[in-house]
Amino acid sequence: MKKYRDLSKYARTNLKAYGLVIIAFAILFPLQSAGMLSNSLNGQLIPICVYIVLAISLNLTVGISGELSLGHAGFMSVGAFSGVIAAASLQDAVSFEPLRLVFVIITGGIFAGIAGLLIGIPVLRLRGDYLAIVTLAFGEIIKNIINCLYVGIDGSGLHFSVKNTSSLGMSGGRIILNGPQGAVGITKIASFTAGFVLILFTLFIVINLIYSRSGRAITAIRDNRIAAESVGISITKYKLTAFITSAALAGMAGALYAMNFSTIAAKKFDFNTSILILVFVVLGGMGNILGSIIATTVLYILPEMLREIGDYRMLIYAIVLILVMLLTNSSRAKQMAVSLETKIKNILRKNKNGSGEVTDNG
Amino acid sequence: MTLISNLINGISLGSVYAIIALGYTMVYGIAKMLNFAHGDVIMVGAYISYLSTTALNVPPLLSVLIAMAVCTVLGVVIEGLAYRPLRKASSLAVLITAIGVSYFLQNAALLIWGSAPKSFSSIVPFDSISLFGGDLIITSEAIVTVITCIVIMILLNLFTKKGKMGKAMRAVSEDKDAAQLMGINTNFTISMTFAIGSALAAVAGVLLCSAYPTLTPTIGSMPGIKAFTAAVFGGIGSIPGAMLGGILLGVIEIFATSYISSQLSDAILFAILIIVLLVKPTGLLGKAVKEKV
Amino acid sequence: MDKMVPYPSGAIVPERDLDKKPILETHHLGIDFGGLTAVDEFSLTVGRTEICGLIGPNGAGKTTVFNMLTNVYQPTRGTILLDGKPTAGKTTAQVNRMGIARTFQNIRLFSNMSVLDNVKVGLHNSIKEGFIPSVTHLFGYRKAEKTSTERALELLDFFSMADLAKVQAGSLPYGAQRRLEIVRALATNPGIILLDEPAAGMNPSETAELMENIRRIRDTFQISVMLIEHDMNLVMNICEGICVLDHGKIIAKGTPDEIKSNPAVIEAYLGKKKEAEDSAEG
Repeated sequence: MKKYRDLSKYARTNLKAYGLVIIAFAILFPLQSAGMLSNSLNGQLIPICVYIVLAISLNLTVGISGELSLGHAGFMSVGAFSGVIAAASLQDAVSFEPLRLVFVIITGGIFAGIAGLLIGIPVLRLRGDYLAIVTLAFGEIIKNIINCLYVGIDGSGLHFSVKNTSSLGMSGGRIILNGPQGAVGITKIASFTAGFVLILFTLFIVINLIYSRSGRAITAIRDNRIAAESVGISITKYKLTAFITSAALAGMAGALYAMNFSTIAAKKFDFNTSILILVFVVLGGMGNILGSIIATTVLYILPEMLREIGDYRMLIYAIVLILVMLLTNSSRAKQMAVSLETKIKNILRKNKNGSGEVTDNG
Repeated sequence: MTLISNLINGISLGSVYAIIALGYTMVYGIAKMLNFAHGDVIMVGAYISYLSTTALNVPPLLSVLIAMAVCTVLGVVIEGLAYRPLRKASSLAVLITAIGVSYFLQNAALLIWGSAPKSFSSIVPFDSISLFGGDLIITSEAIVTVITCIVIMILLNLFTKKGKMGKAMRAVSEDKDAAQLMGINTNFTISMTFAIGSALAAVAGVLLCSAYPTLTPTIGSMPGIKAFTAAVFGGIGSIPGAMLGGILLGVIEIFATSYISSQLSDAILFAILIIVLLVKPTGLLGKAVKEKV
Repeated sequence: MDKMVPYPSGAIVPERDLDKKPILETHHLGIDFGGLTAVDEFSLTVGRTEICGLIGPNGAGKTTVFNMLTNVYQPTRGTILLDGKPTAGKTTAQVNRMGIARTFQNIRLFSNMSVLDNVKVGLHNSIKEGFIPSVTHLFGYRKAEKTSTERALELLDFFSMADLAKVQAGSLPYGAQRRLEIVRALATNPGIILLDEPAAGMNPSETAELMENIRRIRDTFQISVMLIEHDMNLVMNICEGICVLDHGKIIAKGTPDEIKSNPAVIEAYLGKKKEAEDSAEG
């Protein structure tokens, strides 16, 4: 009888993701509280959390749903700036910072989710590379629009303009969004704990979704669209479900990200950021949530660790990226890996048998 | 008069996009991959031309030829080292590798030539033409760019329709395995496609920097993305499509910049792209492929 | 096997289905691909519990008919009535929910998913569970999952595949993949199931088992089966009504005995044979 692959090991891999995140937090949090982390690592904790959430959420679109998206940073951007506006509006109303942060993150998620809906309805009719280019285009459009947006707040509430700050018609108050300069004067309320909770929340949503009726429908569409349609699954509905969920989670991550800086501009969330997140997902493995977490952490820290070699670090990063892709994807590298493995096994076996043979002969 | 002047500027910019888009579309047509590093080959071409004129005092036209030669070699080397081992891998793996190559070229350029912008002197030896008593000025760069674009278009069309290599390229893009069975060396054909695309990128780099004379290591990325958009706009894989897409994109960009808002010009450009793709999902001149059930 | 009798509209259905509304009716169905007519004037009635065969030489347009019936291709002309209701303008998914399920000539399983999950995807519309239960695994999630797992195992057991439930679908042997496709189609609770060359690539004993299974499907689920098949032994043995397609047009309809002796059918098949012999001699 042929040996068949048991699939429940996939479930176990995903549970490992929870474990890894919790252990990492349990180690890092006391160290951070005790001030034992280096400055650079300390500053990276929240961005790493944010990028892990982004990678997991993009993995839902690219890995689970099978749609190549090159505009994920756009949703991060929508979340960041709607979060900034929410934070400014709630500054006085909610003085307890963690609670305000929760509201800010939820706002970011809702607005990014709405953006996901508006973009998803037209975009998801396209396939493959065309879908990729249109998501790229949407990412750039979002960046451009936010670059032209001026928002201020005063006693009478929020003011919006697309021209300049003077056309806001403000009486006193302060500017929240200043066109190309982006958001200014943000009160930093992000915390490592919030990042940790957001990762757990993302894992909860994404892993649960994968192992559910909706998740099966999404995977079925990816595996075979025509067969999925033939068993009565609405393609648009489930592609949208995955896309909106992914966008909303990216928006939440974006909101948390913005709350970690005092100023932030829309050009931070450009095409290169989208690509960066995609690299995390692909190197971590398509559809592999644990892989996304590990790849994000390693690749985010790597350029920092390479800082000592100064100017060469991004060059090394590029070479590492190319080599990893070549080693994990080229058929020749795979063959070499297999033959190397058998060679090592043979050597090990020989050593074992070798000792046995000696006694036989003797 | 500004309308005509804008139109000419648009066609000129569009011609540059078209030349870059040709590289994207040929590579996509034959290797079914999005070569994200193509934009950075443009940058390398511009630097080579700049260095050979400034450091070696080569005449401008010769500097273009040197740039083309260097980029051709670069394109073939990139293909051979980074893309060829991944011929059977998923398209996403190839895409990420191409992004890696793009990072590599940008950072290598940063190390070699520094981040300080170089001021590129135009390679066009004659003056701008002034018409209607100075109301309409047609820059010499615009004239050269448009003429170059037309010549390239005609040559490429002849090459793919008539030449033996061109026929091999079309065969490989239709069906790689069948072409191989017919005795076509697919690896060589794909290398040739990269060679031609990269040589064109060098030309585009020189023309781009003649019109917008600031040279930095990241100069290729935005025109690269836009040219890629142009290729998709016209129908990726189609040579006339890349031409049409490029020129339309250039005209739209210049018009949006001068009549609506310079800040929103990219947003308008991409919005039009999205609308076109929604109405015609395979681009203006792309062929629809029906999935067999 | 029941006697086939003329239906009021002129079509023939098994006698036992005479007092029931037919499950499937097509009237003057036709489709063109870029000016080329692939199928034309396809009018057929399938009884509520009939096993109906669709045969014909390669390229006759049989799979195209299936694709039109499931709205994978939108027909250029004519109407399809499924359970008396027109399917025009519906999506493939909506037509499936109206009661038509199918298998594919080139197997289309969700090959990265387990056998059980493949069937559970088939149960998608029979056992509902909203987005909130999906992402929280609360609010009725467990109950819905349990019901759907039980039902899926029941269906798999019907084809003695329950022990393969956890296996990855893509790693199944060929015959089992074909069976799984049928189970998945049945899971959608259809009124008629379309099987596209179910015996392709099977050995005689597997084919015999398949014939038995097709009869069991009809008897247990009380649904009709329409199948495309080149194995004449299978078709003549289990089909009650047969429709012969050649060059996109129906050249004969009737019971197996009628089809066997139909001169047009003999010409379509034997005419080809003669040509083949001629070319072999020449």
